[in-house]
Order: sequence, then structure tokens, then C-alpha cells
Amino acid sequence: MRRWVVPAVVFVVLMLVPKFAVDIPYVFQGSINTPGTLQLLALCLVFGGVAMTYDLLFGYTGLLSFGHALYFAAGVYITAIAITKWHWSFYVSLAFTALVGLIVPLVLGAVSLRVGGIAFAMVTLAFAQAGSILAFKNPHGWTGGEEGLGTDYTKLPAGFIGIFNTKNLYWLALAYLACVFVIVQWAVRSSPGHIWQAIRENELRVQVLGLRPYVYKLMCFVLASFLATAGGVVYLLLLGGATPDVTSANFTLTLLVMVVIGGSGTRWGALLGGVLYTWANQRLGDASSSQFVSSLPSVLRTPLEQPLFVLGVLFILVVFFVPGGLARIGQVHRPRTLQRLQEAMRR
Amino acid sequence: MSTVVLLTITGLGLGAMYFLIASGLSLIYGLMGVLNFAHGAFLTVGAYGAWYVESKLGGVAVLPRFLIAALAGLVIGGVFAALVELVLIRPLYKRHIEQVLVTVGLGLSASALVVAIWGNDARPVAAPTWLGNTTTVAGAHIPNDRWVEILTAVVVLIGLNTFLRRTRYGLIIRAGVENRAMVTALGIDVRQAFTLVFAIGGIAAAIAGVLSSVYFGTVDPARGTSLLIFAFIVVVIGGLGSLRGTAIAAVVVALVQQYANYYASSGLGDLSVVLLLGIVLLLRPGGLSRSFA
Amino acid sequence: MAALLAVDNLHVHLGEAHVLQGISFEVPEGGVTALLGRNGVGKTTTLRALLGLVDRRGRVELEGVDISRTATHKIVRHGVGYVPEDRDVFAGLTVDENLRLAERDAEPQYALVYDLFPELKARGKQLAGTLSGGQQQMVAIARALLNRNRVLLVDEPTKGLAPLLVTEVARVLERVSELTTVLLVEQNLGVVAQVARDVVVLDTGRVVHIGPAKELLADKPMVHRLLGVGRA
Repeated sequence: MRRWVVPAVVFVVLMLVPKFAVDIPYVFQGSINTPGTLQLLALCLVFGGVAMTYDLLFGYTGLLSFGHALYFAAGVYITAIAITKWHWSFYVSLAFTALVGLIVPLVLGAVSLRVGGIAFAMVTLAFAQAGSILAFKNPHGWTGGEEGLGTDYTKLPAGFIGIFNTKNLYWLALAYLACVFVIVQWAVRSSPGHIWQAIRENELRVQVLGLRPYVYKLMCFVLASFLATAGGVVYLLLLGGATPDVTSANFTLTLLVMVVIGGSGTRWGALLGGVLYTWANQRLGDASSSQFVSSLPSVLRTPLEQPLFVLGVLFILVVFFVPGGLARIGQVHRPRTLQRLQEAMRR
Repeated sequence: MSTVVLLTITGLGLGAMYFLIASGLSLIYGLMGVLNFAHGAFLTVGAYGAWYVESKLGGVAVLPRFLIAALAGLVIGGVFAALVELVLIRPLYKRHIEQVLVTVGLGLSASALVVAIWGNDARPVAAPTWLGNTTTVAGAHIPNDRWVEILTAVVVLIGLNTFLRRTRYGLIIRAGVENRAMVTALGIDVRQAFTLVFAIGGIAAAIAGVLSSVYFGTVDPARGTSLLIFAFIVVVIGGLGSLRGTAIAAVVVALVQQYANYYASSGLGDLSVVLLLGIVLLLRPGGLSRSFA
Repeated sequence: MAALLAVDNLHVHLGEAHVLQGISFEVPEGGVTALLGRNGVGKTTTLRALLGLVDRRGRVELEGVDISRTATHKIVRHGVGYVPEDRDVFAGLTVDENLRLAERDAEPQYALVYDLFPELKARGKQLAGTLSGGQQQMVAIARALLNRNRVLLVDEPTKGLAPLLVTEVARVLERVSELTTVLLVEQNLGVVAQVARDVVVLDTGRVVHIGPAKELLADKPMVHRLLGVGRA
């Protein structure tokens, strides 16, 4: 019970954010209850959650997937298409997306998990790439191709439309994060969860004990993907449209970056990584147009104008000096997660 | 008939580029166990390096200008790759996962840097006019750049093979791909071979970058990443660490892509490559090559 | 006699297992010192630790020089030859290439190698992966003999070989021991009796006996107790 105290407090504090007009200079552009800042915070919370879903695969079970973006993108696109192109109602679209979010990872996971290590990583990459190709190809004009797809807002619940309702979207994002946090924490402590971690440590030993790792890995895969799909839906509501960049391999890689920076396989690591990365990505973009950066000599200014450059370099520094991630900053030894993953990759 | 000829030769041209990128990836993974996500950056650096040099050689005639620029691109790509290995990879010796993660970070940063300096849009490349013309073979009009790509890839394949079979470093690399620990137990410092393999990979990727500039007519910051994904697929299908497997897989993948794109519908070729990967991996998790499964 | 190799309080952890729990022994110069023990006690790990192929704690000295923190290839260059347990010849390389790779000195001793193993000369162009177990063993030993080494670490050279080949290998070991010091891990006590001068016995990661080979092998009950072979 005690371990829920801190999360509960954090949850309450975050819930109260829209009620207070507090200004935090440099960290946010406006005070924290302005729509702009709430939008950014909501985005941070969503990605904190999605990063946690990736950590479930990578940090806890040792499955290095390069295609997690596919399931997130499914949440974004399927909902958008169902609402805007097929003219279904909001709740029916949600139900359909949930169904897709369960069936697709079940099928694709069943296929991908037949192999391990590098082969598994490549198959997941390939499936995600296929999804990306589909998004760009714009079959029947559904996905909007390179431009993406705006959502028909007349079909959305009134509470989510309009700038003044940004706080509702913020609370939705918070609710999503809270759900993911609770589910992930509960799952990794459950019996299958222990087996996931055992699989990460030594899959052979799990097999020798008479268990079938394949089934457990598939369970984890479906859960993580389903939760990512849910995140995609919240993301869609937050942004009001779908764009193909969420289907790219780069997107999965940024999830990997989030989890590693934060600290894989830890309680707060992925969450921290997701929030920080999203915040930094946005704020670096803002900073690049600020006076400070504009006044820098172009040698410094040019690279700093690209958030991805700064984040990439930061990531490299973290890998060198803090490979366990920020959540493990006290630790000296290389975290076992990475050791195990290295062994898993050799297979 | 002419369609078949056209599809096959343009497919081989594409396969040539896949091979050039994939060969470096395959050697690097085979010897070092590192999935080099920065390999697309080597391609981009090579391509942009060549383009930049070319733009500065205004007064020179087109053909020598192109050749000098291409050579510059190669050198830049090779040097960049060697530096990456020395500065980022070597210090993380034996920490394979961190090495892979570092290449991920580098791939992201390098792309962003290129975008920062030259923008997101594709920039046109000046190439000798002959390359833009076509040659007619059996009724098919083949763009001439395809011949150059195929020839280059064949030359590189022969060159790499000779290097691996006839030189001491080649011997070390071949042995190291099989059993790195035993090579050190023979008193050989494999780390030099690592840098060499990265440099070779960088040069080959840079060649692919220069050729892709001709193939597509432009330099584009996103091209490195998109070609990298296909290169990964080729490497995995062909068997990690096997040069011959990579060559065969590159040809197969490119031909499948070309034919499917034409006979089915555009875009379906790319999907069929993905399908091909899935099938190969499910039947033979080690890839097609038997040697180092 | 001066100690060629001195090991002091060597610890090795493999994963969670504490495989070597503070081993100390010396390998005197000249002749064969046999490293004995039941399966799984850490004999192979000891050799690998001496070469730096696994992470180790403790002190290892080669002719008085501290090699505890030295990288494997440098240790080998100090004059340490290695014949691994599973031969580890490079299957994709030819016999000639396997030998060539192992060359370190300016004048590798091909005369010696081809004298001991004339078959290797005949099969020079054959892929090592297609050789029989016995032939691969010859390549593995030949590799180590090409260079002038101060000490050879040999790990179960007779494992899986037919009796005729075992005799061959024992003969080769005898000849080699006249040229170099050898630290030999071996389960075949007949071979040990033939070539070894001293023995070091391990049991679950610790040294339990050090002494002359003849003494130990003559003491049947002790052999049974320490090595689990024969009758008490």
C-alpha cells in the first residue's frame, strides 16, 4: 500500500494544475493553466504513458521492438479514419479502435515472436514500415497520405472541442497516464509480470522450468501495444488530426530514447523520460526562435535550432555517462537490463 | 519483353545501391555485434559532402567536377565513419547495447544537423548529361545511371572480396566475424579491425549516397534513413556477416520491389519486401546465408 | 625453480555464479603442470581468466610481470599460447589461413609444426570446418606452437578423440613440454601420468591440492576423493 502514496500525491498535484495560475519562467511559456501550457503538459503526460508501454516490452521483458510506433499510430489513424471517413460515431469508433488494438498485436505479435533477438527487432521494424507505407500510400483516400488527416470535430464530444476545453484534454491525458501507470505497476508485480522479468534475465531457464516463454511474451506484447493504441487515441484528440510521422521508425526510436534516458525497467524512469523528452522537444523548438539563440553565431545557432540535434547529442551523453538513465543516477554499475538485452540480442 | 528488361535492369540498379549500404552494415554487425543505426548518416554525409564540393567547383567542366565531388564524398564518408568508431564506439568496447544506442543517437543528431544546415527540402544535383540519357537494350530505354550503379556495385563487391580473401586485415575480419574472442586469444588487437570495418562501411555507404543522388536527381536529408531500413532488411535476409548473402539478398529484394511495384501497384513493392522479410525470418531465423547463422 | 606463472587469490564471477573463489597456485618453469578436477569446478574458467577472456579479480603474474589488468591480446603477445577446449578453429578459413592468422613472430616455426603434424601441410587448402575432430585439434595445437611462447595453456586436448589420437596428442605434448612450459587441463589421467610433473587440483572454485603428479596418481583413494574416478 505504501508504494502508492507517492504516485497518489503526484496524481493529485497534477490534477490541480489547471486550477492554478502559476508562472514558471523558462520552463513554460505561459503560466501553467493557460491552454498553450496545458496542451504541452498534456502531450508530456501522454508520451510519459506511451514510453511506459514501451518500457513494458523493452525494460521489463527484454523485447527490443523497433515497431512500437505502429500500434500508437493505429490508435491515431483508425479513430481518425472511422470518425472522419467512415462517419461513425465517436464511441463506436473508439470501440472499433479498441478491437483493432487487441487483434492486430495479437496477430503480428504471434508472428514476430517466433523469432528472437535481432530477427525479432527486424520483423517488428518491417511491420511498422509496412504501416508507414500504407499511411503514405493513402488507400481509398483514407489516410490523407503525406498531409495527414484532420478529425471531423463535429463528431467529438463537446467537452473536448475548443481552446477553453484544453483543460479537459489535459485531464484526459492525466487519466490515461494514471491508468497506464497503475496497469503497468500491477502487471509487473503479477505472476506473468515476474515471468516477463525472468524471461528478460534468462529465457532458457524459464523454458527449463516448464513454462512457455512465447505465450508470456505474446501477453506482454498485446498489453503494451493495446495501451499504446489507447495513447494514440488520446494523442489524436489532443492534436485534432493524424499525421504520418507517428508511423515512422524514427518515432519508435524516440520512444527508445525516452526510455533509456529515463531509465529502463524502473518505476519512474520511462515516465520521466517521456515527459522530459516531449517537454525538451517543444521548448527547444521555442527556444530556437528566442532572442538568445538568434543572437548566437551561426555555428552555434544552426544546430541548436533543431531540437532533434540537441536531443540526439544529449542522448549520446546519457548513454556514455549515465547508461542506467536518470532514474538510476546513484548507481555505479551497468544496469542488468542492458546486460540481459545484450545477451538477448546475440540470439 | 522490353518491360522485363527495363524492370530487371533498373531493379539491379536499385539492388546495387542496397548492396553498397548493406555490405557495410553486414560487416559491422558480423564483426562487432553492433547494429549501426548511424549508417544512414554515413550515406547522407557522403551524399551531401559530394554535393557541397560540387557546388564549390563552379568553373570546372561537368564530368571532372562530378568525379572529384564523388571522390570527395567517399573520403568524407570514410573519414566520418572512422571518427565515429574511434570517438563513440571504441570507448564503449564490450558494451554492445550502449554502442547500438549511441548509433541511434548519432543517426538522429546527424540527420537533424543536415536539416539545420541545408533545410528539409531535396536539393538538385548536377550530373553529367550522359547519365540522364537512356540507352536502348532489347527495346527498353534504360537510364544510363543504372549501368554506373551496377558497375560500381560489382567493382565494390569484387574489391571487398579480394580485400577479405587476400589481405591480413581481411583475414582478421573474416576470422573475427566467426569468433572474435579467439582472434584476441591469438594476440591480435581486433579494435583496429573495428575501425577499419567502420571506415569501409562508411566509404561504401558514401558511394551509395553519391549514386542515390544521381538515381533520384537530388540530395535529401531523409533518404539515408529510408534506404537504411531497406538495407537492414537486406542484411537480415542475407545473413548478418555474410558478404555473398548480402549481395544475393540485395538483388532479390530490389527485383521483388521493382516487379511488385509495376505489376501490382505502386507502393505494393515496398510492402512485398516486408512480407519477404517476414517469410524468410520465420523459415530461417538466421537469414539465407548458411555460414554464420 | 622460479615460478613462470603466479596466480594469487583469483576470483571470477560468471553471471550470478562465483565460479573461482580465490585461487592461488604457481606454475614452475619447464615441464607440464596439470590442472585437475571434476567437471564444472572451474578449470576452463581458470585458463580463460589467466588470458583475460573473462572479468577477473586478483593477481596474475607472468615472469614477475603483473598481467592482472592487461588486455588479452597483449597477454598473448607476452608469450602465452592458448589451445582452447573446443579447439575454436575458424571453420570458414582454410588450414593455411588458420595458421597464418596465428603468426606473431618474425619467423614462425612452420618446420616444427609440419614435423609434428605432416597432415596439416597436405590439407593446407582445406576448409578447417571440414576437418575431423582430431585434425582440428592438430590445427589448434599447431597454432600455439608457431610462435615462441613462454607458456602454453592447453584445455582438454584429448576430449572426444579416439584412443589412437589420444596417444598421438600425448606424444605431441611430451615433445612440446621439452620446448615450453605447459599448463594442461586434462581429464584423462593416463595422459596426465605420462606428461605431467606437477598437479593442481580444483574443487568448486578452490584449490584443494598441489603436489607432484606421481604422488597423487599413486594414491588411489585420494584420486577417487578429489577427482571422482576409480575405486576408493
